[in-house]
Amino acid sequence: MKVTIVDYNSGNISSVINSFKEVAKDKANIEVSSVLDKIKSSDKVILPGQGSFKNCIEALKKINGLTDTLNEFVISKKKPVLGICVGLQMFADIGYEETKTNGLGWISGNVSKIDNQNGKYKLPHIGWNQIEIVKNSKIFKDIENKSHMYFVHSYEFIPEDKNVISATTEYSSNIVCSVEKENIFGTQFHPEKSDKLGLKMIDNFLRL
Amino acid sequence: MLKNRIIPCLDVKNGRVVKGINFIDLKDAGDPVEQAKIYSDGGADEICFLDITASNENRDTIYDVVKETSKKCFVPLTVGGGVRNIEDINKLLNCGADKVSINTAAVENSKVVIDSSKKFGSQCIVVAIDAKKNGDKWEVFTHGGRNNSGINALEYAEQMEKNGAGELLVTSMDRDGTQAGYDIDLMSKISSKVNIPVIASGGVGNLDHLVDGIKLGKASAVLAASIFHYGKHSIKEAKDYLDSKGIPVRI
Repeated sequence: MKVTIVDYNSGNISSVINSFKEVAKDKANIEVSSVLDKIKSSDKVILPGQGSFKNCIEALKKINGLTDTLNEFVISKKKPVLGICVGLQMFADIGYEETKTNGLGWISGNVSKIDNQNGKYKLPHIGWNQIEIVKNSKIFKDIENKSHMYFVHSYEFIPEDKNVISATTEYSSNIVCSVEKENIFGTQFHPEKSDKLGLKMIDNFLRL
Repeated sequence: MLKNRIIPCLDVKNGRVVKGINFIDLKDAGDPVEQAKIYSDGGADEICFLDITASNENRDTIYDVVKETSKKCFVPLTVGGGVRNIEDINKLLNCGADKVSINTAAVENSKVVIDSSKKFGSQCIVVAIDAKKNGDKWEVFTHGGRNNSGINALEYAEQMEKNGAGELLVTSMDRDGTQAGYDIDLMSKISSKVNIPVIASGGVGNLDHLVDGIKLGKASAVLAASIFHYGKHSIKEAKDYLDSKGIPVRI
């Protein structure tokens, strides 16, 4: 199996690479690339993302043909994709960080700043929080409800269709932290930084 | 519910741990990678390396340490000490650091924090503030505590938030190394002033100090070095203790 971590200059992806390589060992061949043919010939794709929604979308678009290739991979070919953090957020139609920016539109919804109740809650939402699994997602196999995952974000994805939500987390409000829609998977938290349970989740994705 | 974090910090010099855990089963007591792994296996919420390498020719040793650690520890790794510019930050992140803490450079050139948080995202930019009390206010010190910038620490904290810092690592120089506990007044004042998380540092001598840092100092995370070294307390003991005091921790 070939899995490609899409490297589109979205900030620091070394932890994503390290964790997938650790889990994959001989099970999968982990590539890190933005070469379109490599992505096309992959069985699965990881879409990481750090920094702002706007910067990530811009960085994605800077690579000629990348969004078309990803659309084909995900929407036409229906091959599995895992978005992490801003990688997940980009699934949305629109993001409001810095300025209104169009997303990939794979899952209808928008990305807005977390309502921190007038400063009552610190932002970014940084640290270990428990996830409330609301849907039986394949990536949560053998992961208990209320497991801790590592978060770092100030914006949240609000999908239109609540059926895509697979987990939420409680902060200043109830935040969507994992989605699953057919072949499309995404986590707001960082499985690559969530210790053994995060690695288990990566393993689940690789075994899909 | 978001949990309060416990962060053990390791001082690294020329690629070796200066003070460290003194377990007999440790193969190499000076190996930062092995020590970081013990902490992360023990439930540390994050790991922090402070590079105190003095000479320039040995500066690169930290990069190898970070590279190796990030292949073995899958919790967030923060690296600080001697970070001068965007290039240093980029290099550390590429080696596998998740966050970089900036101290002197943030005081000397405000562009470092502004530019790096734009380029890499606020989530990986930690501004480290070394503060010392002078009369009724605190002043920011640089160069490992050697130089007094004269800048008011509270105002500086606010400015760093505006500049794009994702977190503040606040060390009381009056308390650092004393084991007398955090400077609670300093921590709570800064924490109330800013909307980003504050990591309390400097002065931890027992587990009650960790409790105070969170309950009274309003810190989101507590950093400590010596109480975790030499096997005085394990991360698990610290977490169990915090839990028994009603503080939410990841267990």
